[in-house]
Amino acid sequence: MADITAPAYRTIPIVPALKPGAMEGKGPFVASDKINEAIGFPGQLVEDWHDKAIAKMGDLLSKYRSLKVYMDACVHCGACSDKCHYFIGTQDPKNMPVARQDLMRSVYRRYFTLPGKMFPKLVGARDLTREVLDEWYNYFNQCSECRRCSVFCPYGIDTAEVTMAAREILDSVGYGQKYSNEIIGKVHKIGNNLGLPGPALLDTLEGLEEDVKDATGVDVKFPMDVKGAEVLLITPSADFFAEPHIDSLIGYAKVFHATGTSWTLSSMSSEAGNFGMFIGNYDQLRAIAMRIRQAALELGVKRIVVGECGHAWRVAYSFWNTLTGVGDGADANDRFAQMLQKQLDHRYKQPTHICEFTWDMIQDERLSFDKSKNDKHIITFHDSCNVARGSRMGDYAGGQFEIPRNIIKACANNFVEMDPRTTREQTFCCGGGGGLLTDDLLDLRVKGALPRMEVLQQVKDEHGVNFMATICAICKAQFTKVLPIYGFDRKLVGGVHQLVSNAIILGEDK
Amino acid sequence: MASIVFAILFYLATLLFVVGVFYRISVYARTPAPLKIPTTPAPTTTGGVVLRMTREVVFFESLFKANLWIWSMGWLFHASLALVTLRHLRYFTDPVWGWITFIQPFGVYAGITMLLGLCGLWARRLFVERIRYISTPSDHLMLVLLIGIAASGLMMKFAVHTDVVAVKSFFLGLMGLDVRVLPSDPLLFIHLFLVVSLLVVFPYSKLLHAPGVFFSPTRNQTDNPREKRHLSAWAAKLESEK
Repeated sequence: MADITAPAYRTIPIVPALKPGAMEGKGPFVASDKINEAIGFPGQLVEDWHDKAIAKMGDLLSKYRSLKVYMDACVHCGACSDKCHYFIGTQDPKNMPVARQDLMRSVYRRYFTLPGKMFPKLVGARDLTREVLDEWYNYFNQCSECRRCSVFCPYGIDTAEVTMAAREILDSVGYGQKYSNEIIGKVHKIGNNLGLPGPALLDTLEGLEEDVKDATGVDVKFPMDVKGAEVLLITPSADFFAEPHIDSLIGYAKVFHATGTSWTLSSMSSEAGNFGMFIGNYDQLRAIAMRIRQAALELGVKRIVVGECGHAWRVAYSFWNTLTGVGDGADANDRFAQMLQKQLDHRYKQPTHICEFTWDMIQDERLSFDKSKNDKHIITFHDSCNVARGSRMGDYAGGQFEIPRNIIKACANNFVEMDPRTTREQTFCCGGGGGLLTDDLLDLRVKGALPRMEVLQQVKDEHGVNFMATICAICKAQFTKVLPIYGFDRKLVGGVHQLVSNAIILGEDK
Repeated sequence: MASIVFAILFYLATLLFVVGVFYRISVYARTPAPLKIPTTPAPTTTGGVVLRMTREVVFFESLFKANLWIWSMGWLFHASLALVTLRHLRYFTDPVWGWITFIQPFGVYAGITMLLGLCGLWARRLFVERIRYISTPSDHLMLVLLIGIAASGLMMKFAVHTDVVAVKSFFLGLMGLDVRVLPSDPLLFIHLFLVVSLLVVFPYSKLLHAPGVFFSPTRNQTDNPREKRHLSAWAAKLESEK
């Protein structure tokens, strides 16, 4: 796709003028029969899709309070209208959060409210036609479910909830998205999003052990399927082979090594990512998460630690306890959850983010660093959207912002912040989250990265920033791809544990 | 004649309003929220959630972060509306409660600021391209309705007075199921008819944002998913089916 270029930076980041239809027909590839059927969806658009879709919508409205309230509550105030990175980058008005929601709200009004049934034109209600369905497919696959709009909405309306519902309806009538559904199939079949089978994983890990030995002279282990290990590490499968992800995996291993923690990976459950959330399907979300429960039970671990991955951490932190019982505080008669919770060590948060783990160890003075090893880097931190707005770390609200920054400052000397309107809870999505990290959406991804690239350019110009740390596999992959298109070095992005890995003092080899 | 028509209208409208809003609230309350989805950073305790919700409802905290123009106009309108509504309690209480007597003069100014806020909001809807794009005819009509209510009320205060003693007698009568005579002033009829319309559309329109905000899971959930297992009834069934 040589014709994809970066949009120009806005001289002052003002709200862009509307370009209606700019992203029409630019949705992702549609899933094939085989892909859809493999995960239990109709192969292609079913004949009675209209009635099925409306019935599904009614079903979701009765199951999710969020959807029900959000369909009713919007007053079209416009607070969210300039907050979406895809709107900023594409200028397509249907990428304004409120307009994206209205694609579904108009149908909701027509079929589920009295004024919409009686005076559709007056309240902006529409029949669910094939054109509307296509529009859903197009624009609900241009939302990365990053929740930035929900921060600013006076009623907390979360477009991600609407997008998930829309994708769930589309999947239920056989109109699924190729990228997400194909990946979900791989998780069920092989155990991770990338489709890396166990032996290949083992091979990779052995290679890593050799690499680290060559580089440091220390025998850092990457154990797999070790029964009775204390910690089960669940990490995005990109960490096993992609650049720069793998450097963070090495970082985790070094932290475990340096602190003398017994740990293991699982070949059966070798994926932290959970694309079930992206398509809003509870059964998929649950089934994928159940692999982690199963691995934890089989391996008899005491702690579950999650690697650097944004939406995976949202699922782990916010949903695992609900879905699989990985957590604490289940009722005494809740046998399903108790079975696992009795096994876990509740002196620690379950699950624990790798950053929480590392920061705890730093505070306990069980890790030491040679900060000068990171002196070649002038570092900034990109808050990943799902960590920032869909999860937490530590014991207090906002720990997800402080802990990764604390780690960076503990292992490096040069740290600067980007524009505060683009960090912490107001952070921008990288442009590739929510099931959009696919090359058939590259144009969208490049445009969606615009607001982040603008402020990155700023700190590069002002402070010479040459490293943007982040804790998300999708952010890392997305930036690696789009940074060069904006004229940056692709190696500018990396993980927090990559910095940890650079500076950590491993001590004598035993 | 007009008195009887308005009496019937007010009884019906009030019934629709009360039943409609209670029905909506009961639907919101009964619909499960199967997953923990507070927009973080979120309060970790119930007390914290009450504080967050109070800031949201009283000060429009999120809107303040989003856009100062919408916030100032919207907040001005809502705060004024609250004062004006309280001021109107004098037509429904006899003797009038002391604190309602106290706020009467402020209530009059609030009528003016309410109108200003509404006009500001409408100006945004008309002149800001992206807000015009998302506006439906009903969005404009809702503002027209509210502006009509405010303007007709202010005109009765400042230009063409009506017999407020008779108006009060009419409403006190209604509350005791006794239809008394309503002054035959066109402005009053307009004012009351628009208020009736507002009561009727409330449970069927975007005005549901008022009860809705209290049920928004991104705002009303505590951020404690690791500490306490959160399970909805339909999700729990998936476990027993196994």
